[in-house]
Amino acid sequence: MEKHDVPDAGTGRGSGGSGRVSGPRDPWHDALASGWAELEGAGAAAAGVMPPGFARKPGTGPADIYLEVQRSAAFQEVRRRYRRFVIPGAAAFFTWYVAYVVTATAAPGLMAHPVAGAVNVAMLAGLGQFLTTFLLTWAYARHARLRRDRAALDLRWTVLEQKRERDRGRSRDGAPERAAGRDAPSGSRSREPEVER
Amino acid sequence: MTGDHQTLALLLFGAFVAVTLAITTWVSRGRRGSAEEFYAGGRLFTPMENGFAIAGDYMSAASFLGISGLIALFGYDGMLYSVGFLVAWLVVLFLVAELVRNCGRFTLADVVAARMRERPVRIAAGTSSVTVSVLYLVAQMVGAGSLVALLLGGTSGAAQAWTVVGVGALMVIYVSFGGMRATTWIQIVKAVLLMGGALALTVLVLMRFHGDFDQLLRSAADRSGQGERFLAPGLKYGGDWTARLDFISLGLALVLGTAGLPHILSRFFTVPTARAARRSVVWSIGLIGSFYLMTIVLGLGAAAIVGSDTVRGSNAAGNTAVPLLALDLGGGADSTGGTVLFAIVAAVAFAAILAVVAGVTLASSASVAHDLYASLRRRDRTPRGEVAVARTAAAGIGVVAIGLGLLARDLNVAFLVGLAFAVAASANLPALLYALFWRNFTTRGAVWSVYGGLLPALVLVVLSPVVSGEPGSLFPGVDFQYFPLENPGLVSIPLGFLAGWFGTVTSREPADEAKHAETEVRSLTGAGAA
Repeated sequence: MEKHDVPDAGTGRGSGGSGRVSGPRDPWHDALASGWAELEGAGAAAAGVMPPGFARKPGTGPADIYLEVQRSAAFQEVRRRYRRFVIPGAAAFFTWYVAYVVTATAAPGLMAHPVAGAVNVAMLAGLGQFLTTFLLTWAYARHARLRRDRAALDLRWTVLEQKRERDRGRSRDGAPERAAGRDAPSGSRSREPEVER
Repeated sequence: MTGDHQTLALLLFGAFVAVTLAITTWVSRGRRGSAEEFYAGGRLFTPMENGFAIAGDYMSAASFLGISGLIALFGYDGMLYSVGFLVAWLVVLFLVAELVRNCGRFTLADVVAARMRERPVRIAAGTSSVTVSVLYLVAQMVGAGSLVALLLGGTSGAAQAWTVVGVGALMVIYVSFGGMRATTWIQIVKAVLLMGGALALTVLVLMRFHGDFDQLLRSAADRSGQGERFLAPGLKYGGDWTARLDFISLGLALVLGTAGLPHILSRFFTVPTARAARRSVVWSIGLIGSFYLMTIVLGLGAAAIVGSDTVRGSNAAGNTAVPLLALDLGGGADSTGGTVLFAIVAAVAFAAILAVVAGVTLASSASVAHDLYASLRRRDRTPRGEVAVARTAAAGIGVVAIGLGLLARDLNVAFLVGLAFAVAASANLPALLYALFWRNFTTRGAVWSVYGGLLPALVLVVLSPVVSGEPGSLFPGVDFQYFPLENPGLVSIPLGFLAGWFGTVTSREPADEAKHAETEVRSLTGAGAA
């Protein structure tokens, strides 16, 4: 159980990667950053096999994989969906909570107003906070599951495949292997329209 | 409380300690301590297990006894606490859990420092994480001391002191021998015990009132001696405007602090994926929410069945409300049922403290070894070396916490917890949110936001009535009180955000675009996650 299953060999630093933390360098892939020059060719070769939406300039290096993915339409769609849910949602519950606390401390008279039997406005507002928390949790989990998870997983594969591609290009420039590496991402990407609905 | 309760309670304490030590031995058998194993338990827990562990990490004895006690004494104002503690989880779920799981390895500093020049950011984030953890730890130790003394009737200082030492020793053993795996299982066991105990008492209270919540409210209001005012806000925090502002400050700290607590963040690294992290938070929100709903019933039940005056007579802070309620629900002080229920409540509260302190100790030892030691020492270390440092750090933190816990024995526990939340919200949360969401955030911004939240929070506390100028202060003899609020959050949280913004706009070096892209892509897709 000591091992962790990280599919991404490109960034998987051993368990004790922290041994390198003391430098100002990138903690994630300092090992990869060493190969600028020799990778020039691989980047250019990969340009032809990029999925649509990835405008890869010839001559770019390995550190740019994330920049490319970030600029891709697929990633921007995932980010847009996440932010469109999370920002209004967070603003809403935070406002509702602050309003509740401020009303409880500043206007206890209003909160003491009876509603039914011994139940007053304050009790309803407090239980309402519990209820909205549960509802928002459910809504967030549902939104993430239906609208984000698959697209995010596809992007994860895209990054992984590009890294593999590049690593192969570095070790040996075998054309068949590169072709084989192409299958997985294109297969997984083809599911994307389902998610787009 | 007669000898029977105490004997049975002590037996149950002993059983729990034996079980937890057995767990520690069991999980540590034959394992070579890799960092992955020690800090993250191998990252192979299921969402349900992690959800229970998060709940066990979060629901302290202060919640179980303290909040129900506040409700029993002050009615509605006690409930305000539980709402803040729960709503805070939405911040965690929406903005933090998944992204932190995707970007980080073991600590908060991993996430913030990834985009920055690592050394200064790691030192800053490590320092504030250790500060938060130690404050939280001292609060729990002080709570443990007074709780055990209270429940076992030993009011002597020696009983309290030995409890603090014992709890400290146990938590060091759990953490340094068992690491995250033992800590997690202890938290799971504790969460199950706590939920079970609370559920049993809640059902008994509701049966007493034939399931009629309205009648429970009426009886509680009647027997509190306050009438209708008991069910409305204002009994505790309704004084002058300073008291009210103080409460708003506390409310802000509670809701924003949870997402910056190192021991909560470290729990997300124990599951394999961000999706699993999300599902564990959903589990924990379900558990924590239902637990706080039950504490409301227990608090009201204690007011209605035991009576607020009896509760106040037993302990001025209300901490004995639930044990007294258990005694009554079981059939009275001399009955077997009462004895058993009382002992169970005492043992559950003790278990709650042990599980929380183990989690906090582990998180702070991770901050010391993974962030501070790794940044301050430039030697080449193997992973083995880092874990050894972490184990030693756990022992060191244990000693510090025992020492401070003995010194701070008379400080109010709720205040200490509120302070830990305020520091977490002022120093950790701004840096974390900026690093995850702000494209232009720079190294200087990160360092300034951490220190710009941490220092004001600590300075304001030193200048507050808690430390000087009032009869109840730490130093009642002198008066350097310049800040009227006990909780600094209202001022220090905005200062933390402001300092991060100001540091960023004044930096000479621009933000690294490629690293920002990497953080953003990784945080939302899980690419390259540890």
